[in-house]
This record gives sequence, C-alpha cells and structure tokens, in this order.
Amino acid sequence: MYVAGIDVGSVAAKAVVLELLPNGGSQIAGRAVLPTGWNTAEAGEFALNNACEAAAMARNDLRHVTATGYGRIALPFADKTVTEISCHARGAAHLFPRAGLVLDIGGQDSKVISLDIPREAEAGSLDAVRLDASGGTASLGALKSASKPGAVRDFLMNDKCAAGTGRFLQVLSGILNMPLDELGKAAATGKPVAISSMCAVFAETEIVGLLARSTPPQDIAAGVFRAIARRMCALARRIPMQGECVFTGGLATSPAFAAILSDELGLTVQVPHDPQTVGALGAALIAADLCAKKDRALNTQQ
Amino acid sequence: MKCASFDRIITAFEKNALAVQEAKREGKKVVGQYCLYSPSEIAVAAGAIPVSLCGTRNDSIPAAEEMLPRALCPLIKSSFGFALKDSCPYLSAADVVVADTTCDGKKKMYELLAAYKPVFLLQLPQVQNDDALAYWRHQFELLIAYLEKEFGVSITEQKLRDAIKLMNRERMALKAVMDLAKRKPSPITGMELLEIGFKTSFFPDKEKGISMMLELADDLGKMADAGQTGVAASAPRILLTGVPVGMGSHKVVRLIEECGGSVVCLDNCSGYKKTRVMMDEQGDPLTEMARRYLDVPCAVMSPNPRRYEAIKELAADFAVDAVVDLTWQGCQTYAVESSSLKKFVQESLQLPFLQIETDYSETDTEQLKVRIEAFIEML
Repeated sequence: MYVAGIDVGSVAAKAVVLELLPNGGSQIAGRAVLPTGWNTAEAGEFALNNACEAAAMARNDLRHVTATGYGRIALPFADKTVTEISCHARGAAHLFPRAGLVLDIGGQDSKVISLDIPREAEAGSLDAVRLDASGGTASLGALKSASKPGAVRDFLMNDKCAAGTGRFLQVLSGILNMPLDELGKAAATGKPVAISSMCAVFAETEIVGLLARSTPPQDIAAGVFRAIARRMCALARRIPMQGECVFTGGLATSPAFAAILSDELGLTVQVPHDPQTVGALGAALIAADLCAKKDRALNTQQ
Repeated sequence: MKCASFDRIITAFEKNALAVQEAKREGKKVVGQYCLYSPSEIAVAAGAIPVSLCGTRNDSIPAAEEMLPRALCPLIKSSFGFALKDSCPYLSAADVVVADTTCDGKKKMYELLAAYKPVFLLQLPQVQNDDALAYWRHQFELLIAYLEKEFGVSITEQKLRDAIKLMNRERMALKAVMDLAKRKPSPITGMELLEIGFKTSFFPDKEKGISMMLELADDLGKMADAGQTGVAASAPRILLTGVPVGMGSHKVVRLIEECGGSVVCLDNCSGYKKTRVMMDEQGDPLTEMARRYLDVPCAVMSPNPRRYEAIKELAADFAVDAVVDLTWQGCQTYAVESSSLKKFVQESLQLPFLQIETDYSETDTEQLKVRIEAFIEML
C-alpha cells in the first residue's frame, strides 16, 4: 500500500511516495523535486506524478495524499493539508530519532522547530520509535515527555521579510551569475566580507557597491553565507538547544552553507540525505499515520 | 452563537453615531477616550458621555503616515489618521479628548492631536506603588477641575460615587457576557466576544448598553443550557493576551478561529481587562478610582506583575489550552515583555505559547496562517 506527501514551496515542489510495509513500518519508494514556477497546482501535480513514476506505481494506488507548504491549499487532489512546521518536524524525527531541533531554510522563510525527544530515543531503543507510526498523544509542556515522534514543542519563524532565507541567496546568485553549488564552492574559499544589510533589497545595493570596489566574488559569497547563518543562529538561540540539530530545506543542499552554519552554531548540524524532501516525507508519514488510525478504528468497530 | 439580543446590539451600533449626535443636541457633552486608563467615572460624574474613539482600522493609516513615522504602531497611526481625516464620528462629537501618557508613541501623538481637538493629558505613572497612587489621584483631581471649568458643572463626591456604581454595573454586564466563554464548549466565539466588547464601548446611553449586555448574557446562557453550542467541543481554547484589538484590527482572532481554535478570553484593554477594574463603592471615590485604574496591567508599567497574575488566573478560570500573545509592530513595551511572558507561560503555567507580531494590514495573512495553523496542530 502506498501513501504520498507533497510539499509545494515558493521555489520548489517536492513529493515523496511511501510504501507501507506489512510489519507496520514504511519505506520511501520514490521522490521528486521540481521548480514551482508560477502555477502552484500544476507544479504539485507534476511532482506527485514524477514521484509515483520513480516509485514505479500507479497514482490511483495512492491511498492518501497529505499536502504541505505554501501551495498546500491549491492542490485539489490532497486528502488533507498540514503545515510545513508539523511536516518538517515529523520528517526530521523519522530520519534522526534523537532530533531535538530542526532548522529549515526555505525559499521565503526560515524556521526553528523544537521537538519533544521521545523517551525511547533518549534511552537508545530507536527501532521502537521508528515503528511507532501513530500512537501516543502530543505533549504540551516542556516537562511532559511525548511518545509520538516529531511532536512539536515550540517553533519560531522569521518575520515577514526575506532576510535570512533562500530568497536572499537567490539575489546573490542573480548578481554573481552563479548557481547555488558554485556559490557554495566560492564561499568555501572566500574570506567573508561584512554584509551589514539584512534586507534582501538593500543587500543587493550593498553587493553591487562591493563589486564596484573590486571585492572578489568568493569573498562576497562567503560574506552572504555567513550573514544568513548568523541570522539563523539568532533565531535558533531563542529556543533552548537540546538533542541533535537537523538542518533541512533547500539551503541544506549546500555542504558549504551547512559547514558555515555549524561553525556559527558551535555544533555540527545533521543534514539528511535529501534535505529538500524532509517536509514531503513528513507529510507522507502523517498520511501513513492517518491510514493506520482509520484501520484501527475499523478494526475496533468490527 | 447569534440570537435576537445579539442582533439588537449590532443594530444599535449601526445607529450609534446618530444617537451620539442626538445626545449632543440635547445638550450632553461628549468625552472621547482612547485608553483604559482614562476614568470614565469622571466624565459620567460631569454629566457627560464617555465614548471610545476610533483607532482600529487600517484605512486611516496612510493619511497618518504623512506626518507620523511609518514604523510607529498601527494603533497610534490609525487613531491619528481618523483625526486628520475627520472620519471618526465619536472624535468629531467629542468636546474634549482625555488621554494618558502611556507609551512614548502615544504621548507624542497626543501633542499633535491637540491641534485638532482639546486634549486633556493625564500623566500616568509607570509604576504601581503608593507614591504613584498619590500622584495619579492628583491627576484625577486636575481632570475634575478641568471638566468642571470646561463644562460649567460641579463634580461632587456623591456624583463620583454614583458614577462608580454605574460603571461597576457596566463592567459586571460585560463580564457576564465574557464569562459565557468559561463554559465548555463556549456558546460564543472569540469574534463575537470582540464584536460585543468593541461595539458596546461606543454606546452613549450606559443604561441601555448594560441592559442589552445582560439580556445577551441571559439569552446565550439559556441557549447553552439547552445544549446549543457556538463552538466545536474539540476546538483548542485560546487565551489571547497583549495589545488592544477591535473591529478592523481583528485579523488574528479571525485567523485563530478559521484555523480551528476557539478564542475564549481576550485579555486586553478592549476585552477582559475592562471587567477587572471593579471598584469599592464605599471608600473615598477618587482614591479608589486612582487605585483601580493604576492597577491596569499594561506593558508600559515597569514592573508589570499584575499581567502575569491575571494570565495565571484567566488561564485557570477559562480552562485554556494555550496562550497567544499579540504585539503590534512598533509596540516596544509589549514586544519586549513577550519574552518574559513566554517563559512564564511555558514554564510556570506549562502551556504552549505563541507570539504574533503584525500590523492592521492583510499583507502577512498567509504567513500568519502558517504560524497559527502549526500552533493549533501542536495542541
């Protein structure tokens, strides 16, 4: 049996198809990442089709689709919508059972999510956590422990400007005419210049000024990476640090940025294999939870 | 939950600007007030009508930004914009505005407002102790002397005592409505609570307002007893604290309820805080008034212990599942206080806490929705 999670963000549409195994566990059967473009609904449609294709299964065989991201309300085929906060938390906790903090930098916002670390994970019996796809009640207080993986305890998001988000980096990418991976390579070798403006629009002016003074592009790239990492750290420090720190979202695909972020935070961030699809994975896991819940309800009725 | 007595309040509000005009034609004086610290009792004792003034709508802000800094809080900008455009019927009708030195933005705005209306500025102390009480009581004496001169009346102790009794009854009536939401589930939505609290604050005839609110509380109570509900039983119960909210600046209340929450208590100056200014009807009226108004827990007070006490009490009385703290952009006192409040709510009350900073515009609706929806999912 299959379920899917789909995460339509401002920059990319991501989909994950999950195969539910008879033993109650699940495995990723296929995934897809596509640019969102201007047509949110179409991007979601294509991403889901591609993920089904990658999973070598027919879309009709999907039992449940959960949608998340800014485009979640634009997808007519979604059975349920859940915010990206809950989905990133769920996805990250699945991949890293000891995760206590999730940092996500997306196209237009960045978020810090604090998770309840299940007792089982702290005690070390990780399999129990991985397999418990649904049970338990969400914990509210800091001192109560939850048995549900990825229960959100607290979260913060950037204010409504683009500072410290992927959008900020897109501006740089445009000015220097380098894609993200090249920017990363440049940033890794550069000596960071100070970028004082955190407004994406004013920073552009500042960068144009730096280029006019013949500042090497790699120094500017390093400076911008540093500035975004600092901004993220300032947000992260508002929430008590605990457990492992997982870094997700489009910016996490840059190892150079992850290294700078680790340096600024003073700890090593854990980057999943495919950091862009963690939200979609979380959505798929929530879809699986819902199916399990429905089945349990049916069983008790019979 | 809507009912005939609810609709009567809404209809009365629609004709309310006319009712104020009517009262003026009959020779009544009108005292406009922005803030809960302004003592309605003194206006009542002077034979005048105390009314709230407009300041909760976004459309008056562009005009205000021609004079005021853009980064100022929307409440101050909106209030001033109404004055500039002469678009608030209550401000137009007001013979005098009684204002208070609460935050820096407001007190400097009142200096500008004085060019359009006579403003009597009460110098509000920012600490709640006996020194401050004596000073604040003296401010009330100055206001009495000013109104006596302006309106050619004499404000006697007996008149103050009678005014306290009337305003206590009004507070009790409002409390009867707001306390409906203590029931589980609440028979009244947060938006309805807001609408009633907001609209009744403009009524010129206090007696009429009191009887309308008591009637509403009675009707909704009976409907709830009969099993009718206004809110889903499963909806998480939210205490909204922070800055004042009114019709036009209600988007966060609306979004919380659209996302599946139920706002059961509005702990702000437009809501439950009003009902907590109950006064002893026996003692020296001026001292009692000064004490009770000084006790209002606005973030301009330093320290501000009563806000925490109130939230603790309200969280228990209304059996809330979470606290949302609303801050207007540019409101420094509430913005700074939010971090201590968060610690208090999460650690001492063991309740989830969400701070929202926004303005009156609709530009960030989608971003706010993500935060609020995620918060509700977390509960």
